[in-house]
Amino acid sequence: MAKIRGAVIIDQQRCKGCDLCVVACPTDVLQLQPKEVNDRGYHFAYTANPDACIGCASCAMVCPDACFTVYKITTE
Amino acid sequence: MTSEDIIKNGSVVYSRPRLLNERNTHYCPGCSHGVVHRILAELLDEMGLEDKAIGVAPVGCAVFAYNYIDVDWIEAAHGRAPAVATAANRLNPENVVFTYQGDGDLAAIGTAETIHAANRGENIVMIFINNAIYGMTGGQMAPTTLLGQKTATSPYGRRADINGFPIKMSDILAQLDGTCYVTRQAVHTPAAVRKAKKALRTAFENAIAKRGTSVVEFVSTCNSGWKLSPAKANEWMAANMFEKYPLGDLKSI
Ligand SMILES: Cc1ncc(C[n+]2csc(CCOP(=O)(O)OP(=O)(O)O)c2C)c(N)n1
Ligand code: SF4
Ligand code: SF4
Ligand code: SF4
Ligand SMILES: [Mg+2]
Repeated sequence: MAKIRGAVIIDQQRCKGCDLCVVACPTDVLQLQPKEVNDRGYHFAYTANPDACIGCASCAMVCPDACFTVYKITTE
Repeated sequence: MTSEDIIKNGSVVYSRPRLLNERNTHYCPGCSHGVVHRILAELLDEMGLEDKAIGVAPVGCAVFAYNYIDVDWIEAAHGRAPAVATAANRLNPENVVFTYQGDGDLAAIGTAETIHAANRGENIVMIFINNAIYGMTGGQMAPTTLLGQKTATSPYGRRADINGFPIKMSDILAQLDGTCYVTRQAVHTPAAVRKAKKALRTAFENAIAKRGTSVVEFVSTCNSGWKLSPAKANEWMAANMFEKYPLGDLKSI
Protein backbone atom coordinates (compact mmCIF):
# COMPACT_ATOMS: atom_id res chain seq x y z
CA MET A 1 0.00 0.00 0.00
CA ALA A 2 1.23 3.45 -0.84
CA LYS A 3 2.46 5.33 2.17
CA ILE A 4 3.17 9.03 2.54
CA ARG A 5 6.38 9.97 4.29
CA GLY A 6 7.64 13.44 5.04
CA ALA A 7 10.72 15.25 6.25
CA VAL A 8 11.44 18.80 7.34
CA ILE A 9 14.48 21.01 7.46
CA ILE A 10 14.35 23.70 10.15
CA ASP A 11 16.39 26.88 9.94
CA GLN A 12 17.56 26.56 13.51
CA GLN A 13 19.45 29.84 13.57
CA ARG A 14 16.32 31.70 12.52
CA CYS A 15 14.06 29.81 14.95
CA LYS A 16 12.84 31.76 17.99
CA GLY A 17 11.72 28.72 19.96
CA CYS A 18 8.10 29.87 20.09
CA ASP A 19 6.81 26.28 20.28
CA LEU A 20 3.92 26.89 17.86
CA CYS A 21 5.15 24.25 15.38
CA VAL A 22 5.52 21.73 18.21
CA VAL A 23 1.87 22.30 19.17
CA ALA A 24 0.68 22.18 15.53
CA CYS A 25 2.41 18.95 14.46
CA PRO A 26 -0.20 16.17 14.41
CA THR A 27 2.36 13.37 14.78
CA ASP A 28 4.63 14.78 17.51
CA VAL A 29 7.69 15.04 15.33
CA LEU A 30 8.95 18.30 16.80
CA GLN A 31 10.36 19.41 20.13
CA LEU A 32 12.30 22.40 21.42
CA GLN A 33 15.90 21.78 22.46
CA PRO A 34 15.71 21.55 26.25
CA LYS A 35 19.22 22.88 26.90
CA GLU A 36 20.95 23.89 23.70
CA VAL A 37 20.34 27.39 22.28
CA ASN A 38 21.09 29.01 18.91
CA ASP A 39 23.25 32.11 18.37
CA ARG A 40 20.43 34.38 19.50
CA GLY A 41 19.75 32.42 22.66
CA TYR A 42 16.60 30.58 21.63
CA HIS A 43 15.81 26.95 22.44
CA PHE A 44 15.27 26.04 18.79
CA ALA A 45 12.97 23.40 17.38
CA TYR A 46 14.33 20.08 16.16
CA THR A 47 12.93 16.81 14.80
CA ALA A 48 12.85 14.59 17.88
CA ASN A 49 10.85 11.91 16.07
CA PRO A 50 11.61 12.38 12.36
CA ASP A 51 10.22 9.00 11.22
CA ALA A 52 6.70 10.08 12.20
CA CYS A 53 6.66 13.01 9.75
CA ILE A 54 3.90 12.86 7.12
CA GLY A 55 4.90 16.03 5.25
CA CYS A 56 1.63 17.82 6.06
CA ALA A 57 3.32 21.25 6.46
CA SER A 58 1.23 22.15 9.50
CA CYS A 59 4.45 23.26 11.19
CA ALA A 60 5.29 25.50 8.25
CA MET A 61 1.78 27.02 8.25
CA VAL A 62 2.01 28.31 11.82
CA CYS A 63 5.71 29.24 11.96
CA PRO A 64 5.95 33.05 12.27
CA ASP A 65 9.56 33.01 11.12
CA ALA A 66 9.30 30.86 8.01
CA CYS A 67 11.89 28.39 9.27
CA PHE A 68 10.56 25.30 7.51
CA THR A 69 11.23 23.47 4.30
CA VAL A 70 8.91 20.48 3.99
CA TYR A 71 9.42 17.43 1.77
CA LYS A 72 7.09 14.61 0.93
CA ILE A 73 7.35 11.28 -0.83
CA THR A 74 4.94 8.44 -1.59
CA THR A 75 6.43 5.00 -1.04
CA GLU A 76 5.14 1.54 -1.91
CA MET B 1 13.70 5.40 4.33
CA THR B 2 15.55 8.09 6.26
CA SER B 3 14.78 11.80 6.34
CA GLU B 4 17.85 12.33 4.16
CA ASP B 5 16.37 10.01 1.49
CA ILE B 6 13.05 11.85 1.59
CA ILE B 7 14.78 15.22 1.28
CA LYS B 8 16.87 13.92 -1.62
CA ASN B 9 14.14 12.10 -3.54
CA GLY B 10 10.89 13.67 -2.39
CA SER B 11 9.17 16.81 -3.57
CA VAL B 12 9.25 20.15 -1.78
CA VAL B 13 5.78 20.91 -0.44
CA TYR B 14 6.73 24.10 1.40
CA SER B 15 9.69 26.44 1.48
CA ARG B 16 10.42 29.91 2.77
CA PRO B 17 8.73 32.47 0.53
CA ARG B 18 11.05 34.13 -1.96
CA LEU B 19 9.78 37.62 -1.13
CA LEU B 20 10.70 37.37 2.56
CA ASN B 21 14.05 39.04 3.02
CA GLU B 22 16.88 37.16 4.69
CA ARG B 23 16.97 39.33 7.78
CA ASN B 24 15.37 38.11 10.99
CA THR B 25 12.27 39.94 12.10
CA HIS B 26 12.26 41.89 15.37
CA TYR B 27 8.92 40.38 16.37
CA CYS B 28 8.64 38.50 19.64
CA PRO B 29 8.69 34.69 19.33
CA GLY B 30 5.28 33.42 18.22
CA CYS B 31 3.83 36.81 17.24
CA SER B 32 0.93 36.75 14.76
CA HIS B 33 2.59 39.53 12.78
CA GLY B 34 5.20 37.02 11.60
CA VAL B 35 2.62 34.55 10.30
CA VAL B 36 0.69 37.27 8.47
CA HIS B 37 3.92 38.60 6.93
CA ARG B 38 4.72 35.09 5.76
CA ILE B 39 1.41 34.45 3.99
CA LEU B 40 1.43 37.96 2.56
CA ALA B 41 4.89 37.35 1.07
CA GLU B 42 3.74 34.00 -0.35
CA LEU B 43 0.64 35.53 -1.87
CA LEU B 44 2.30 38.58 -3.42
CA ASP B 45 4.69 36.22 -5.18
CA GLU B 46 1.98 33.76 -6.26
CA MET B 47 -0.08 36.63 -7.68
CA GLY B 48 2.91 38.07 -9.54
CA LEU B 49 2.72 41.35 -7.62
CA GLU B 50 6.40 41.65 -6.77
CA ASP B 51 6.83 44.74 -8.94
CA LYS B 52 3.28 46.05 -8.63
CA ALA B 53 2.51 45.99 -4.93
CA ILE B 54 3.03 49.04 -2.76
CA GLY B 55 2.67 48.48 0.97
CA VAL B 56 2.03 51.23 3.45
CA ALA B 57 3.56 50.40 6.84
CA PRO B 58 2.08 51.65 10.11
CA VAL B 59 3.42 52.87 13.39
CA GLY B 60 3.21 49.95 15.78
CA CYS B 61 5.14 46.71 15.97
CA ALA B 62 4.91 46.38 12.19
CA VAL B 63 6.71 49.69 11.69
CA PHE B 64 9.60 47.84 10.02
CA ALA B 65 7.41 45.72 7.74
CA TYR B 66 9.24 47.28 4.79
CA ASN B 67 12.41 45.56 5.92
CA TYR B 68 10.89 42.12 5.65
CA ILE B 69 8.82 41.81 2.48
CA ASP B 70 10.61 42.62 -0.75
CA VAL B 71 8.11 44.91 -2.47
CA ASP B 72 7.89 48.71 -2.51
CA TRP B 73 6.77 50.32 0.74
CA ILE B 74 5.96 53.72 2.14
CA GLU B 75 6.11 54.39 5.88
CA ALA B 76 3.14 56.43 7.07
CA ALA B 77 2.76 58.54 10.20
CA HIS B 78 0.74 56.84 12.94
CA GLY B 79 -2.77 56.05 11.67
CA ARG B 80 -2.32 57.74 8.31
CA ALA B 81 -1.66 54.66 6.19
CA PRO B 82 -5.07 54.74 4.43
CA ALA B 83 -4.54 58.40 3.45
CA VAL B 84 -1.05 57.65 2.13
CA ALA B 85 -2.41 54.58 0.33
CA THR B 86 -5.11 56.74 -1.24
CA ALA B 87 -2.50 59.01 -2.77
CA ALA B 88 -0.27 56.13 -3.84
CA ASN B 89 -3.15 54.37 -5.54
CA ARG B 90 -4.67 57.42 -7.22
CA LEU B 91 -1.32 58.52 -8.61
CA ASN B 92 -0.35 54.98 -9.64
CA PRO B 93 -3.59 53.24 -10.57
CA GLU B 94 -1.65 50.44 -12.28
CA ASN B 95 -0.08 49.49 -8.94
CA VAL B 96 -1.74 47.46 -6.18
CA VAL B 97 -1.72 49.26 -2.86
CA PHE B 98 -2.25 47.82 0.59
CA THR B 99 -1.96 49.07 4.15
CA TYR B 100 -0.80 46.99 7.08
CA GLN B 101 -2.03 48.35 10.41
CA GLY B 102 -2.51 47.44 14.05
CA ASP B 103 -5.58 48.23 16.12
CA GLY B 104 -3.96 51.27 17.71
CA ASP B 105 -3.07 52.54 14.26
CA LEU B 106 -6.29 51.66 12.40
CA ALA B 107 -8.88 51.91 15.18
CA ALA B 108 -7.55 54.66 17.46
CA ILE B 109 -5.35 57.43 16.10
CA GLY B 110 -6.25 56.57 12.49
CA THR B 111 -9.99 56.03 12.83
CA ALA B 112 -10.86 58.97 10.60
CA GLU B 113 -8.43 57.97 7.85
CA THR B 114 -9.64 54.38 7.98
CA ILE B 115 -13.32 55.21 7.77
CA HIS B 116 -13.02 57.86 5.10
CA ALA B 117 -10.71 55.85 2.84
CA ALA B 118 -13.18 52.96 3.07
CA ASN B 119 -16.12 55.28 2.58
CA ARG B 120 -14.52 56.72 -0.54
CA GLY B 121 -14.14 53.17 -1.78
CA GLU B 122 -10.42 53.55 -2.45
CA ASN B 123 -9.20 50.53 -4.41
CA ILE B 124 -6.87 49.36 -1.68
CA VAL B 125 -6.47 46.42 0.69
CA MET B 126 -6.42 47.18 4.40
CA ILE B 127 -4.72 44.49 6.46
CA PHE B 128 -5.78 44.96 10.06
CA ILE B 129 -3.88 43.18 12.85
CA ASN B 130 -6.24 43.24 15.81
CA ASN B 131 -4.33 42.01 18.84
CA ALA B 132 -6.47 44.05 21.25
CA ILE B 133 -3.49 45.96 22.62
CA TYR B 134 -0.77 48.48 21.80
CA GLY B 135 2.01 45.94 21.42
CA MET B 136 4.86 48.23 20.43
CA THR B 137 4.62 50.70 23.27
CA GLY B 138 4.39 48.13 26.05
CA GLY B 139 0.90 46.71 26.15
CA GLN B 140 -1.48 49.60 26.76
CA MET B 141 -5.25 49.30 26.33
CA ALA B 142 -6.50 49.70 22.76
CA PRO B 143 -10.02 50.53 21.55
CA THR B 144 -10.32 46.82 20.70
CA THR B 145 -9.27 45.59 24.17
CA LEU B 146 -11.94 43.27 25.57
CA LEU B 147 -14.01 44.16 28.62
CA GLY B 148 -12.22 42.80 31.66
CA GLN B 149 -8.93 42.42 29.78
CA LYS B 150 -5.90 43.48 31.79
CA THR B 151 -3.37 45.76 30.12
CA ALA B 152 -0.73 48.19 31.36
CA THR B 153 -3.32 50.97 31.40
CA SER B 154 -6.25 48.83 32.56
CA PRO B 155 -4.49 46.84 35.29
CA TYR B 156 -7.79 45.76 36.88
CA GLY B 157 -9.36 44.95 33.52
CA ARG B 158 -11.13 47.19 31.00
CA ARG B 159 -14.33 48.71 32.38
CA ALA B 160 -17.15 49.90 30.17
CA ASP B 161 -18.05 52.77 32.51
CA ILE B 162 -14.55 54.27 32.37
CA ASN B 163 -13.07 52.96 29.12
CA GLY B 164 -16.05 52.39 26.84
CA PHE B 165 -16.61 49.26 24.81
CA PRO B 166 -14.40 47.24 22.46
CA ILE B 167 -14.87 48.65 18.98
CA LYS B 168 -15.76 46.33 16.12
CA MET B 169 -14.06 48.14 13.27
CA SER B 170 -14.80 45.55 10.61
CA ASP B 171 -18.53 45.73 11.39
CA ILE B 172 -18.42 49.51 11.01
CA LEU B 173 -16.45 49.30 7.77
CA ALA B 174 -18.78 46.64 6.35
CA GLN B 175 -21.65 49.13 6.60
CA LEU B 176 -19.94 51.63 4.31
CA ASP B 177 -20.88 51.58 0.64
CA GLY B 178 -17.23 51.97 -0.34
CA THR B 179 -16.18 48.55 0.92
CA CYS B 180 -16.61 45.51 -1.30
CA TYR B 181 -15.12 42.88 0.97
CA VAL B 182 -14.73 42.76 4.73
CA THR B 183 -13.57 39.60 6.44
CA ARG B 184 -12.25 38.49 9.81
CA GLN B 185 -9.59 35.81 9.92
CA ALA B 186 -6.99 34.35 12.28
CA VAL B 187 -3.68 32.50 11.96
CA HIS B 188 -3.64 30.33 15.06
CA THR B 189 -3.99 26.91 13.35
CA PRO B 190 -2.79 25.48 10.02
CA ALA B 191 -6.40 25.42 8.73
CA ALA B 192 -7.01 29.02 9.79
CA VAL B 193 -3.79 30.11 8.07
CA ARG B 194 -4.80 28.48 4.78
CA LYS B 195 -8.23 30.10 4.96
CA ALA B 196 -6.79 33.49 5.84
CA LYS B 197 -4.49 33.37 2.85
CA LYS B 198 -7.47 32.70 0.56
CA ALA B 199 -9.23 35.72 2.06
CA LEU B 200 -6.15 37.85 1.43
CA ARG B 201 -6.13 36.68 -2.17
CA THR B 202 -9.77 37.74 -2.61
CA ALA B 203 -8.89 41.15 -1.21
CA PHE B 204 -5.99 41.64 -3.63
CA GLU B 205 -8.12 40.44 -6.55
CA ASN B 206 -10.67 43.11 -5.62
CA ALA B 207 -7.99 45.78 -5.56
CA ILE B 208 -6.73 44.71 -8.99
CA ALA B 209 -10.30 44.72 -10.35
CA LYS B 210 -10.94 48.10 -8.69
CA ARG B 211 -14.04 46.97 -6.88
CA GLY B 212 -13.53 49.23 -3.85
CA THR B 213 -11.95 48.84 -0.44
CA SER B 214 -11.22 45.39 0.98
CA VAL B 215 -10.58 44.90 4.67
CA VAL B 216 -8.94 41.77 6.04
CA GLU B 217 -8.95 41.79 9.83
CA PHE B 218 -6.69 39.27 11.51
CA VAL B 219 -7.75 38.55 15.07
CA SER B 220 -4.23 38.21 16.44
CA THR B 221 -2.16 37.58 19.51
CA CYS B 222 0.36 39.78 21.27
CA ASN B 223 1.77 37.18 23.62
CA SER B 224 4.24 39.65 25.16
CA GLY B 225 1.56 42.24 25.88
CA TRP B 226 -0.85 39.61 27.10
CA LYS B 227 1.89 38.03 29.23
CA LEU B 228 1.21 34.52 27.96
CA SER B 229 3.28 31.98 26.06
CA PRO B 230 2.61 32.01 22.28
CA ALA B 231 0.62 28.75 22.48
CA LYS B 232 -1.40 29.96 25.49
CA ALA B 233 -2.01 33.28 23.73
CA ASN B 234 -3.54 31.40 20.80
CA GLU B 235 -5.76 29.49 23.23
CA TRP B 236 -6.78 32.69 25.00
CA MET B 237 -7.60 34.32 21.68
CA ALA B 238 -9.81 31.43 20.59
CA ALA B 239 -11.54 31.30 23.97
CA ASN B 240 -12.08 35.05 24.41
CA MET B 241 -11.52 37.13 21.28
CA PHE B 242 -13.61 35.12 18.82
CA GLU B 243 -16.78 35.70 20.79
CA LYS B 244 -16.48 39.47 20.34
CA TYR B 245 -14.74 39.26 16.97
CA PRO B 246 -16.24 36.24 15.21
CA LEU B 247 -14.35 34.89 12.22
CA GLY B 248 -15.79 34.84 8.72
CA ASP B 249 -16.87 37.19 5.95
CA LEU B 250 -18.87 40.23 7.05
CA LYS B 251 -19.39 41.46 3.50
CA SER B 252 -18.56 40.12 0.07
CA ILE B 253 -19.97 41.65 -3.10
C1 LIG C 1 1.58 60.42 16.74
C2 LIG C 1 1.96 59.28 17.61
N1 LIG C 1 1.25 59.02 18.72
C3 LIG C 1 1.59 57.99 19.52
C4 LIG C 1 2.66 57.20 19.21
C5 LIG C 1 3.03 56.05 20.13
N2 LIG C 1 2.66 54.76 19.58
C6 LIG C 1 3.53 54.02 18.87
S1 LIG C 1 2.89 52.56 18.37
C7 LIG C 1 1.42 52.92 19.14
C8 LIG C 1 0.29 51.94 19.11
C9 LIG C 1 0.62 50.63 18.48
O1 LIG C 1 -0.42 49.73 18.62
P1 LIG C 1 -1.03 48.97 17.40
O2 LIG C 1 -1.35 49.89 16.30
O3 LIG C 1 -2.17 48.16 17.92
O4 LIG C 1 0.16 48.05 16.88
P2 LIG C 1 0.80 46.74 17.54
O5 LIG C 1 2.12 47.20 18.06
O6 LIG C 1 -0.11 46.22 18.58
O7 LIG C 1 0.94 45.82 16.37
C10 LIG C 1 1.46 54.15 19.76
C11 LIG C 1 0.33 54.71 20.52
C12 LIG C 1 3.39 57.50 18.04
N3 LIG C 1 4.44 56.75 17.66
N4 LIG C 1 3.02 58.54 17.26
S1 SF4 D 1 5.29 18.31 8.10
FE1 SF4 D 1 3.55 17.73 9.43
S2 SF4 D 1 4.20 15.83 10.37
FE2 SF4 D 1 6.06 16.73 9.51
S3 SF4 D 1 6.95 17.92 11.21
FE3 SF4 D 1 5.64 19.32 10.06
S4 SF4 D 1 3.66 19.24 11.12
FE4 SF4 D 1 4.83 17.44 11.79
S1 SF4 E 1 7.26 27.77 14.85
FE1 SF4 E 1 9.16 28.42 13.82
S2 SF4 E 1 10.10 29.90 15.22
FE2 SF4 E 1 8.54 28.79 16.39
S3 SF4 E 1 9.65 27.10 17.37
FE3 SF4 E 1 8.85 26.32 15.44
S4 SF4 E 1 10.51 26.63 13.95
FE4 SF4 E 1 10.97 27.89 15.73
S1 SF4 F 1 4.91 43.24 21.40
FE1 SF4 F 1 3.18 41.93 20.80
S2 SF4 F 1 2.61 42.60 18.72
FE2 SF4 F 1 4.66 43.39 19.16
S3 SF4 F 1 6.10 41.86 18.34
FE3 SF4 F 1 5.77 41.38 20.51
S4 SF4 F 1 4.09 39.91 20.51
FE4 SF4 F 1 4.08 40.89 18.51
MG1 LIG G 1 -2.22 46.18 18.48
